[in-house]
Amino acid sequence: MKDLLKKLVEAFGPAGNEGPIREIIRTEVEGIVDEVKVDALGNLIAVRRGQGPRIMIAAHMDEIGVIVTHIDEKGFVRFSNIGGISPFMLIGQRVVFANGTLGTFGMEKLDDMKDLKLSKMFIDIGAKDEASAREKVAVGDIGAFCREAHFQGDRVIAKSLDNRAGCAVLVKALKELAGREIPNQVYAVFTVQEELGLRGARTAAYAVNPDIGFAVDVTGTGDTPEAPTMAVKLGEGPTIKVKDSVVLTHPRVRQFMAEVAKKKGIPYQFEILERGGTDTGPIHLTREGVPSGAISVPTRYIHTPSEMADMNDIENAAKLFVAILEEQLDAAIL
Amino acid sequence: MLLKTLTEAFGVSGQEQEVAGILREQVSPFCDKVEQDALGNVIAVKSGNEKGPKVMLAAHMDEIGLMVMFIEKSGTLRFRPIGGVDPRVLVSKSVYVGKNRVPGVIGAKPIHLQKREEADKPFDIDGLFIDIGAKDKDEAEKLVKLGDGIIFATKYEDIGNTRAKGKAFDDRVGCAVLARLLMMEKRWNFTIQGVFTSQEEVGGRGAQVASYRLEPDMAIAFEGTTASDVPGSKDHLYSTSLGKGPALTHADASFVADPRIVKRLMEVADAKGIPYQMRELTTGGTDAGRIHLVREGIPAGVVSVPTRYIHSPVSIIDKYDFENAIKLMAAFLDSIEERGLPF
Repeated sequence: MKDLLKKLVEAFGPAGNEGPIREIIRTEVEGIVDEVKVDALGNLIAVRRGQGPRIMIAAHMDEIGVIVTHIDEKGFVRFSNIGGISPFMLIGQRVVFANGTLGTFGMEKLDDMKDLKLSKMFIDIGAKDEASAREKVAVGDIGAFCREAHFQGDRVIAKSLDNRAGCAVLVKALKELAGREIPNQVYAVFTVQEELGLRGARTAAYAVNPDIGFAVDVTGTGDTPEAPTMAVKLGEGPTIKVKDSVVLTHPRVRQFMAEVAKKKGIPYQFEILERGGTDTGPIHLTREGVPSGAISVPTRYIHTPSEMADMNDIENAAKLFVAILEEQLDAAIL
Repeated sequence: MLLKTLTEAFGVSGQEQEVAGILREQVSPFCDKVEQDALGNVIAVKSGNEKGPKVMLAAHMDEIGLMVMFIEKSGTLRFRPIGGVDPRVLVSKSVYVGKNRVPGVIGAKPIHLQKREEADKPFDIDGLFIDIGAKDKDEAEKLVKLGDGIIFATKYEDIGNTRAKGKAFDDRVGCAVLARLLMMEKRWNFTIQGVFTSQEEVGGRGAQVASYRLEPDMAIAFEGTTASDVPGSKDHLYSTSLGKGPALTHADASFVADPRIVKRLMEVADAKGIPYQMRELTTGGTDAGRIHLVREGIPAGVVSVPTRYIHSPVSIIDKYDFENAIKLMAAFLDSIEERGLPF
């Protein structure tokens, strides 16, 4: 799991540029599923055919990043955000572009740091002038943070745990299930552009037309000093989502998930995320409506280059998915 | 002149019938089928090879404006914005109310009667009203009714050497680009689904249902887009500049353009020597934001004509950008005929 997670978090994949992540996952799942396809928006859909209800399980591949909007005559690069980025978090960070070009963030002179906005910041790629800058980057290029994953005890500190942790969970679950008979048809969807408004999951769910849907993503915690109140802690197990900004999970689905976890002795916590959404939102509103649930990996410092999660929670999230998919998920559970 | 006729037409979101009528009349002789759907979208199809791809081209007919919400005893009208209207630009403007174009003026308390603190800040919508010259409510009700759309009374004019001013270039200039493409004698060997959409300014609503119905293989939306190449704006915040060619979008708040479509647009522009620029901001949204998420997903792009003072009573475009947008799109359609879709 560590090797897989390291490979996934360190790869380049901001929203709209998920290609490298897609290729890593394709390599991992090819041969253990019946079909792997990519749709018009770039979602990777890994299908396990067979009998039984159609189950969609989704994890988004994309990470937050920045997009080049302007290159000035001195070679400094102006940018905008791809997904939720705080300007304060950028100071001192490095950004990398698809071609390997590295840059650091700078800012205009400010009388008060409170006035810091993305439009007052720039990326310095060390170019001497506009022409040499344009050799390295172009308007529209998307960059990602540049950080190595570090494992320390049970914990991992890395960029993009949101949501490569979820991708790793799905890949691990598919591997565990490989060769085993299960009473469901599984459509594992690695989605695009979640960070820009849950976009990939919407079109994928329309295509899959599932009977029941699940997403796996990261969620916040309330276990750090003076943290916002939230009954989720690192290391206490994956969460079974009750609510976030875009979904109230199906009550029977989440109850069933908890029953399965109890039966298998997998630790879990219930999650209410006050602000933020996941792919479960568009999935449950697809076509005539899809009963849906979600599993999350408790994660601190989400949307920074140094997110932190507990490896046991990630392992247990994969176990919980395996246990759920081994049950026949037909209307009887609802 | 099509651009003049279109910009002067009445077409607040949801009340696009006049614009739809003009466009239907213009493009019908060149299309195989022209119809209107339940939300008022005008769908004009130029059929090609049945086995060939279907390419949807969209431009929205609606404009931002106001709507009559209350008639005072005095006969003046209270209103609310439809779409993104800056209330600070409204006072003292001439308007037309309803499709019968009842003339009116957006009035406010005169400066002599304002308190000091009132004079220091711009009027908000609640402080404004429309005076249509009615002496009381009865007289006003004979002329207008609640729900009537309100447009700015702005005439189209050519100004400078190459520029034009008028209202609603967002998105009548896009409608004109699409109409001109449909009105070309040329037929392509694939099907073009021209859609003049409704209700873009209130959330891309027409485009969403039209693309659900048409199931295209790809889509391009034509827009009038923000140009802030004016004093007081730093050059990295211009978004686009007038006269540098049509603008291509990598990403805005509503979508990330399919990179293969953007690349093809750049290739054909470079090959034909057609100027273009990249839109250098990621704010705002277009019909493409709705279209690309329909059904199983539809690869989409946006081609825009830079427009200064957008969403105000009068905006300015450069006609070269408009003409080059048409040239670029014609070359793009030719490239699909020659090389197939860009993916």
